[in-house]
Amino acid sequence: MLQTTDARKLGHTIVGILLLAFMLFPVYWMVNVSLQGGGTAANSSFFPTDITFEGYRRALEDQTGNLVTSIVVALGSVLVTLAIATPAAYALSRFRLRGMGVFLFALLLAQMIPGIVIANSLYSLFNSVGLLNTHVGLILADATHAVPFAILIMSAFMRSIPPALTEAARVDGAGHLRAFWSIVVPVSRNSLITAGLFSFLFAWSDFMFGLTLTTGADIKPITLGIYDYLQGNVQSWGPVMATAVISSLPAIVLLVVAQRYIAAGALGGAVK
Amino acid sequence: MTSTLAAGPARAAAAPDVVATRRRSARSRERLAQWAFLVPAIVYVVVFFGYPIVKNLVMGSQDYSVRTFVSGEAPWVGWANYAEVVSSGIFRTTLVNTALFTLGSIVGQFVIGLLFALFFKRRFPLSNLLRSLLLLPWLLPMIAGTAVWRWILDQDGGVLNETLRSLHLISEPIHWLTSPDVALVAVILVNVWVGIPFNMTLLYSGLQSIPDELYEAGALDGATGWKAFWHITWPNLRAVVSVVLVLGVIYTLKVLDIILGLTGGGPANATQTLATDSYHRSFQEFSFGTGAAVSNILIVVSLVFALVYLRVNRRAVDE
Repeated sequence: MLQTTDARKLGHTIVGILLLAFMLFPVYWMVNVSLQGGGTAANSSFFPTDITFEGYRRALEDQTGNLVTSIVVALGSVLVTLAIATPAAYALSRFRLRGMGVFLFALLLAQMIPGIVIANSLYSLFNSVGLLNTHVGLILADATHAVPFAILIMSAFMRSIPPALTEAARVDGAGHLRAFWSIVVPVSRNSLITAGLFSFLFAWSDFMFGLTLTTGADIKPITLGIYDYLQGNVQSWGPVMATAVISSLPAIVLLVVAQRYIAAGALGGAVK
Repeated sequence: MTSTLAAGPARAAAAPDVVATRRRSARSRERLAQWAFLVPAIVYVVVFFGYPIVKNLVMGSQDYSVRTFVSGEAPWVGWANYAEVVSSGIFRTTLVNTALFTLGSIVGQFVIGLLFALFFKRRFPLSNLLRSLLLLPWLLPMIAGTAVWRWILDQDGGVLNETLRSLHLISEPIHWLTSPDVALVAVILVNVWVGIPFNMTLLYSGLQSIPDELYEAGALDGATGWKAFWHITWPNLRAVVSVVLVLGVIYTLKVLDIILGLTGGGPANATQTLATDSYHRSFQEFSFGTGAAVSNILIVVSLVFALVYLRVNRRAVDE
């Protein structure tokens, strides 16, 4: 009896691995092709038998500037998102103010606005205030991917902090700001990490604003570097796939080292 | 308080007023301090969500083009942009494509996501690890996933056609991305791949919240397997299912990277949707007025689903 259950469980594991292999085949293919160099072979072989880093060399040659832009913009977007979202999340979880319901409703709707709508209008706004083709402009625009999500996910967490904790601090004479900074923020560390990780990934993966709010070659995120390759006929897939692998590294690394935060955030996507 | 009481009846009458005023001003100061926490977020939401929507609505009725950026003038044209958009030959195509793309993607993502969720609900060695690794297609930059699919689907050297040919399933290569008949199918396929993890994750958590006792009681009544799914799982999962489906529609309506990266909306507009058409009009033809008109139509469609979502979600909370 025990043995058949064990055998069945093992069978499940094998099926699970096959499912995963099937779903992640494109990721494998990305890595595989990236190691087959910069040639113009008519097709790619299933395994990288002659491993070469020629694709990566050419990718870095083309994309180092874009890579730096993406890093700066993604980190900036994390800072902006957390600076805006953390106090708001605290207020939503603790205070009863008239009009807060409207704001919460606006946040839910904001998540659903198609990015092209925002890009359409921001283009003319940024054009008139000189934010087109700037890091700051991209940071502010990319934060739209994350701010509503971050507020909702952090306030859901902060609601679980016992009120006694912050009230104790306030009785000791600390103002809201002190209570927030020295109690709420440290206690909510995990939800801040989740919100921060996702705002990094959202900004890093952004395509919409890189496409519409940058026009030259100077400031351009790595996602647009990939898109440029895809315009027209691709002669050599090695460098394209190497760039795709490089742009996928943060997601892969975070999924491995920060799994529990990612899992928390993935569920929070539908948080109320 | 004690001092005012001791000061005699004459001032005692005035004192509560002072206290009340002071208390009221303390309370309004307190309220101000509370609002201060919300101010940055409110300003941000107004500038980066509120303003774009209003601006987009206005632009939809303006002749807003390259000239506008030079002269600063955007003449009011009323419904002319909408008339131009709706009467253009491509409008019907984009509407139909948007509907097919959304429907195809949702059905594919949901069915496969649900099957995956049901499979992973049976606990087995490594199930948690495998399930979290499955999130990868969703976490990767969409344009990176799109790039590799572009090569996989390539008609000449792509691994999909190679494999199908070596299995003798096809004799001629399928023109996945260059034939108007199959390009939409290919684009849907890739979007399904991206969406499966999201569907699986939410449905899995929905499955987790169904108490085991229900299944135990059901098993006593002979409800196992398919019967158990139909009479226990599905009714209890319905709220989550609605949320997943509506969110899926809203996310699919905005998809841009996959289509632009794979086909650019072609061949012959076979994969042009409302979102890509709006992009083309605004940022390729610099006709921001008609581009805004198209995206306003997109807003209305999204809004309908957003309201459905909020309703469903509230009902799910109430239950």
